[in-house]
Amino acid sequence: MPNHHQQTVPPRLAVSISGSGGTGAVTVGLILLDAVAKAGFYGNMTRAFGPQIRGGESAVMLHFSDQPIETLAEFSQLHLALDWVKFDRFEDEIPLTADSLVIYENSREKPPGLVENSGATLLGVDLQAIVKTIKGSRINMVALGIVAQQIGLARHFIEAALQKTLGRKGSEVVETSMAAVDAGMALLTDTPLSGLANWQPTHQPRWNMSGNEACGLGTLRGGLKFAAAYPITPATDIVEYLARPLVQMGGNLLIAEDELAAMNMVIGASFGGAPSMTATSGPGLSLMIEAMGLAVAAEIPALVITVMRGGPSTGIPTKSEQSDLNQALYALHGDAPHLVIAPLNIQESVNISQWALALSEALQTLVILVTDQHLGQTRMIMDPVDKLPLTLSRLQPKADPTADTAVHYQRYQITDSGISPMSLPGMGSYQYAAEGLTHTESGLPSSRVQDHAQHLHKRSHKILQFDYGELWAQRLPMANAQHTVITWGSSFEAVKEAVKLLNHRGAAISLIGLRLIMPLQAEALAALTQHQKVLVIEQNDSAQLSHYLLAEKAIPLDSEAYAKPGPLLFKPSDLIRPIQTWMEDRT
Amino acid sequence: MSVEKIPVKKARPNDYTSEHHPVWCPGCGHFFILRALTKALAWLNLDKENIGLVSGIGCSSRLPAYLDVYGFHGVHGRALALASGLKLARPDLTVIAAGGDGDGYSIGGNHFIHACRRNMDITYIVMDNEVYGMTKGQPSPTSDPDWHSKLAPKGTGLARFNPMGIALASGASFIARGFSGDPNGLTKILTEAIEHKGFSLVEIKSPCVTFRPEQKDWHHAMRLMNVTLTANPMEAAQAIYGSDGFDTGIFFQADMPVYEAEAANEKPHSDSASMESIEKALLV
Ligand SMILES: Cc1ncc(C[n+]2csc(CCOP(=O)(O)OP(=O)(O)O)c2C)c(N)n1
Ligand code: SF4
Repeated sequence: MPNHHQQTVPPRLAVSISGSGGTGAVTVGLILLDAVAKAGFYGNMTRAFGPQIRGGESAVMLHFSDQPIETLAEFSQLHLALDWVKFDRFEDEIPLTADSLVIYENSREKPPGLVENSGATLLGVDLQAIVKTIKGSRINMVALGIVAQQIGLARHFIEAALQKTLGRKGSEVVETSMAAVDAGMALLTDTPLSGLANWQPTHQPRWNMSGNEACGLGTLRGGLKFAAAYPITPATDIVEYLARPLVQMGGNLLIAEDELAAMNMVIGASFGGAPSMTATSGPGLSLMIEAMGLAVAAEIPALVITVMRGGPSTGIPTKSEQSDLNQALYALHGDAPHLVIAPLNIQESVNISQWALALSEALQTLVILVTDQHLGQTRMIMDPVDKLPLTLSRLQPKADPTADTAVHYQRYQITDSGISPMSLPGMGSYQYAAEGLTHTESGLPSSRVQDHAQHLHKRSHKILQFDYGELWAQRLPMANAQHTVITWGSSFEAVKEAVKLLNHRGAAISLIGLRLIMPLQAEALAALTQHQKVLVIEQNDSAQLSHYLLAEKAIPLDSEAYAKPGPLLFKPSDLIRPIQTWMEDRT
Repeated sequence: MSVEKIPVKKARPNDYTSEHHPVWCPGCGHFFILRALTKALAWLNLDKENIGLVSGIGCSSRLPAYLDVYGFHGVHGRALALASGLKLARPDLTVIAAGGDGDGYSIGGNHFIHACRRNMDITYIVMDNEVYGMTKGQPSPTSDPDWHSKLAPKGTGLARFNPMGIALASGASFIARGFSGDPNGLTKILTEAIEHKGFSLVEIKSPCVTFRPEQKDWHHAMRLMNVTLTANPMEAAQAIYGSDGFDTGIFFQADMPVYEAEAANEKPHSDSASMESIEKALLV
């Protein structure tokens, strides 16, 4: 695997493209990302859309680097506008400053006020006129050529990427597009952002993948055999990705009539022995809650991936927020111990989702894997991820044909670990009825005090006694630090970059990124933070993680929170000042 | 049945019962459905470990614990979703779902429609007593409009839900009505339903002696196994809509496309070879 010099701040090139419906801004983004990857570099791409279902204005934001990069830039260095229709929608996503260069199609509209006021250098070009000279070409391909030339991306990488995306439409389409790209590349002469030329390319294999796809891949590696889901933004991509590979792996996908069905289908399949999962987002998770409790009580392995979006209610479906933590932790009625796990970035979504599925199998319970729109839908060029060497699996009774059937099989037998051997349909002499009512060891409904207490304890004990190893958190300790920042999920990469930068400037800050949020490794966390000033950073309005850590006595009572709602992901540059202010107040 | 197909070991109904005594009120119709089901399973000589019996919540939904098969007592209204997941993951199993009219037609109504539409090979037994028994006597979707109860002192005033009509319209390929007081007819219907490949709705009139004591009179009203089987949905619709609810037998049975596990049919490569090609597709 390539060895990256982990600079404090990775060198970065931030490019954005916008246009109204049908102009093909997203296509330019996808081809650029792929071409830059082919040239031996890394990058990520996020998207923004107007409210129109299809064919409305859209924008892509790309970040390139010579090392894996998951964070967003403070501002867009190069913005290319295919037109200015409703550009103001993207004001938040595409910050422009006096250091930005804006190239725009100038035959129709002048730049809007907010662009002019940004102080950016503006350069109008007549893309429509160029397109008229190349029969069948489109302005987005000319734009592609302009951006390639500006960032110093060689022509043949564009051609290779175009071949991959448009190749199936025939060689003529590729040739016409390349003619437009060439015209774009010849349009301007200077290359103010010739970043790529200064970087050392890698020749190692890399993956082009979104976080949602990463979750799909991880669960496949974990042995997924069944998925059921009802479509919801921004989670649908997970099951769309899985549709083919899951069948290739001998599994099945069921399109559920609603989320209530999806969750119960997962439980049914898992009862039958198939490692199973569903994927949803806040509103869908709300509908799954009752059945999620059934998975806990009946001790059925089940993985639920929830990709958070802006909330509450229908909220902001297409944008990110970390505001469903409380839902994942507390929404179930009764005492319903389960696992809540969150990957810290896009790349590790592969391994953490594999881990999450394996834990659901090993612990025979509900695991909620929490990601968000940013982690899920950002596309990234990453180093390939090795499969986690996990040996976790579902405990089954030993198939013994001479077993004494007179001694009835006890599905919910009390054991030292709290984990009972689970038989699967088809195993003779081990029939039982899975039960969501409080039950005895054999599974018979019971409302007795002792049975209730015993099985509540059994189910919490099994997840508390389990050794989760090192994966529960990512720690970046700093020698002699008296300040510790704790964060989770999609905030992690931005916080990490900000903390590194501050450490580089002489501050001493340790960082902890939490992956296993429930059961919280409270003692371990308390030991790490007991003599520390602690700041919890999260992307929601009510400081959900911070309150949870305080309630669990996992961090000192005087800990503070920096909690800001979505729907915009933190940029490292957003966090420097708040961390500095906190440190000044807390010395 | 040909000679060589005669099984070596012939099962008896009691082989399928568990050691647990039902919680049902003495005289409850559900007892007779339990009995008829074990008789049907014995008749079909199915291996106990290859049967998955899932249910929701209600008096009727207590059924799984009373059979010595793989059972699942789930949450209210979701038995069919659970059964669909189980059947797709384990096509080798005989999957039966069971519950009440409240469970299946009210809270579970959406799953009912879509289970019919998928027409998976599942047998669905609805023990219809036209009341919510477990919660002590509220009107259900199949209650008569003028049936008085605490919750609806003047009756609901709503027309009855027509489960067999809905099943036909939604794509179920086997539709029957049985009566818990007719053990022989019911056993026959259940046997046929389980053998049928596709979604089988067995709507069973099962008196709630506690909250609908007047249903004891059903004994006189029911017409036992008087229905003529058809594979023609138009004829079936006529029979279903033409019935006052007291006719029993198989109304409709047809050979229709069944939603099945895809994976079993197409798995040309080993897991590791498949995984390799899946990962290769991610490369830049
Ligand atoms: C989500 C939910 N809502 C309500 C209930 C309460 N509840 C339990 S059983 C039942 C109705 C049962 O009626 P039916 O399905 O007709 O079965 P029966 O008891 O008549 O056999 C209700 C409303 C519940 N358990 N869960
Ligand atoms: S309440 Fe009615 S349905 Fe429930 S067990 Fe008693 S008689 Fe049967």
